[in-house]
Amino acid sequence: MTSTPFSRRGFLKTSAALAGAAALPKAAFAAGDLTVGFIYVGPKDDYGYNQAHAEGAGAVKALAGVTVVEEENVAETIDVQKSMESMINFDGATLLFPTSFGYFDPHILEVAPKNPDLRFQHCGGLWQDGVHPTNAGSYFGYIGMGQYLNGITAGYATKTKKIGFVAAKPIPQVLLNINSFLLGARSVDSEITCQVIFTGEWSLAVKEAEATNALADAGCDVVTCHVDGPKVVMETGAARGMYLNGYHANQSSLAPEIYLTGAEWNWAKVYEDMVKTTMDGGTIPNFVRGGLAEGFIKMSPLGPAVSDEARNKFEATKAEIMKGGFAAIKGPLKDNKGNVIATEGQAFEESDVALESMDYLVEGVIGATS
Amino acid sequence: MDSDIGLWAIPLAILGGAIRVSPPFLFVSLGEVLTERSGRINLGLEGTLVFGAMSGYALAYQTGSPWVGVLAAAVAGSLFGLVHGLLCSLPRVNDIAIGIAMMLLGMGLAFFFGKPYIQPVAPDLPAISFGWWSELQQVQAALRVNVLFLIGIAAAIGLWWMFRATRLGLIIRVVGDSSDAACAMGIRPSVVHTFATAAGGAFAGVGGAYLSLFYPGSWNEGISSGQGLMAVALVIFARWNPIACLWAALIFGGAGALGPALQSAGISQGYYLFYAAPYVLTLGVLIATSSPTRAVTGAPGELSITK
Repeated sequence: MTSTPFSRRGFLKTSAALAGAAALPKAAFAAGDLTVGFIYVGPKDDYGYNQAHAEGAGAVKALAGVTVVEEENVAETIDVQKSMESMINFDGATLLFPTSFGYFDPHILEVAPKNPDLRFQHCGGLWQDGVHPTNAGSYFGYIGMGQYLNGITAGYATKTKKIGFVAAKPIPQVLLNINSFLLGARSVDSEITCQVIFTGEWSLAVKEAEATNALADAGCDVVTCHVDGPKVVMETGAARGMYLNGYHANQSSLAPEIYLTGAEWNWAKVYEDMVKTTMDGGTIPNFVRGGLAEGFIKMSPLGPAVSDEARNKFEATKAEIMKGGFAAIKGPLKDNKGNVIATEGQAFEESDVALESMDYLVEGVIGATS
Repeated sequence: MDSDIGLWAIPLAILGGAIRVSPPFLFVSLGEVLTERSGRINLGLEGTLVFGAMSGYALAYQTGSPWVGVLAAAVAGSLFGLVHGLLCSLPRVNDIAIGIAMMLLGMGLAFFFGKPYIQPVAPDLPAISFGWWSELQQVQAALRVNVLFLIGIAAAIGLWWMFRATRLGLIIRVVGDSSDAACAMGIRPSVVHTFATAAGGAFAGVGGAYLSLFYPGSWNEGISSGQGLMAVALVIFARWNPIACLWAALIFGGAGALGPALQSAGISQGYYLFYAAPYVLTLGVLIATSSPTRAVTGAPGELSITK
């Protein structure tokens, strides 16, 4: 018998297979199970941004009835759209966490409207009510407060009155961290300045090392950073005899003697909450924020180089922040070009959304945003 | 201690940057000169560099000796070169296509086997301080010279001398300039190609070990960020001359330090432009040194881009 492309038997086989495949994700739903997808821009164990998220994903894995699918090293290009679509179509993921800042526009904005039943939670502050799809949302933590506390330990540790910051890109979250770090240090000594060097990318090992060396050459004796993997900055800083303030995750094991403290993410709690809400049939709010008090961020244990005086001020300020409503950015305050940011009595609390569109460096920061 | 040296920080940082950043460029471009002088192009050296960085770091961590790591990187690099050389000896195989395939293979394998080594801390290669005469810590930091950098300079001079004055150098040059002449001399070009590519791979592997074992001194997947590809391009810039490769690598390293140095000196407007400095410089030098009569001066005659 000759077989034609449209034989009846062939048609029945194909359509049965298709129907079966289409039924699969629904069957998974029925059992109350949930497949969650995590997408990272770099490797999962980078001592930094991606590791912090992957640790959170690890906590979600431990929940009963949850399947976690992960993909790392996904560029902020059309690649992330392909990753999301394959997680949706092949793994049956219904809740996605594309974790990098650049995944949102245009990539999540492209995929989310096509999949109105699924949920896309983006890390960073870009989602806006009324502008963006309602099945997308943003979550972020007030880690600027952590950098403020970092700044307090740096303010006591510095002898040259100059502290350094290796930054990736001048986006609002990074600028808030730089400003908070300096203002924390200035709460100790108002003469301290902070030198910032932008590398232009989230992960450029050689440039980060060069930037750290340049900061040491400029006389900075404490360094922190906002790049994806702080390991290179920490190791280069340690080799140059600088005190270290960590970021994203705990880097104290790299140089325990000179590591002061660090601002760390605590995504485990945040992810567990969002996944549990979804499993209980609830809807995750589109706008999820929290700080130290809500358990979104935490500080590394203080290192042996932190003096008692610094420890007292650190603990007192931390207790103040835990009460909520703390403002690092408060008047009178100017930016480093002389424009007034806040007048006497004016204060931007940690939860103020105005901070999420920050485009200035405060007075005392040496550097420019472009 | 008064450590503020003002604008002097910029030339000093460029010098320091040239010394710190140039060795990977130098080793990869020396390896590529060796390969291209024999008439083959190996575009896979970016992959070899990354794999060398990973294998060097892994072995240094496992054995506790950074020199074992350098050796391992050299062996791994020569294996990659050997595979490239042997594959290209098959009939109707294009060396550029194989090179791109080897680049992707090298990076993929390095990422795969390198997973467990991102977190651990491996011992660093030793450095010699040539800045002991200065009180300034900036000068001392800039003049911390790694032993591999000195080996790289020696290798550049050695290769130059080899091409110029030895029988081996003559054989490589003959094969690279005219296969027919080589065959008439009784030399088998494919054997020379294969060994030259393997030796070139070993150089690139050592360049990778410098990245992971000295500067920046740790293994992660973004460690190279395209330096291997830039180094292959530097060979054209250096007109297939090992000594010129040394200058090219130093210029590239120094220009790369310009961006951070200017920002730290307070000149922070337009840093994206400063980061493009090495590439602008390359364009400028290529235009300035271009020849109106011959497109690729100094290129080996058998190279597939010149034929």
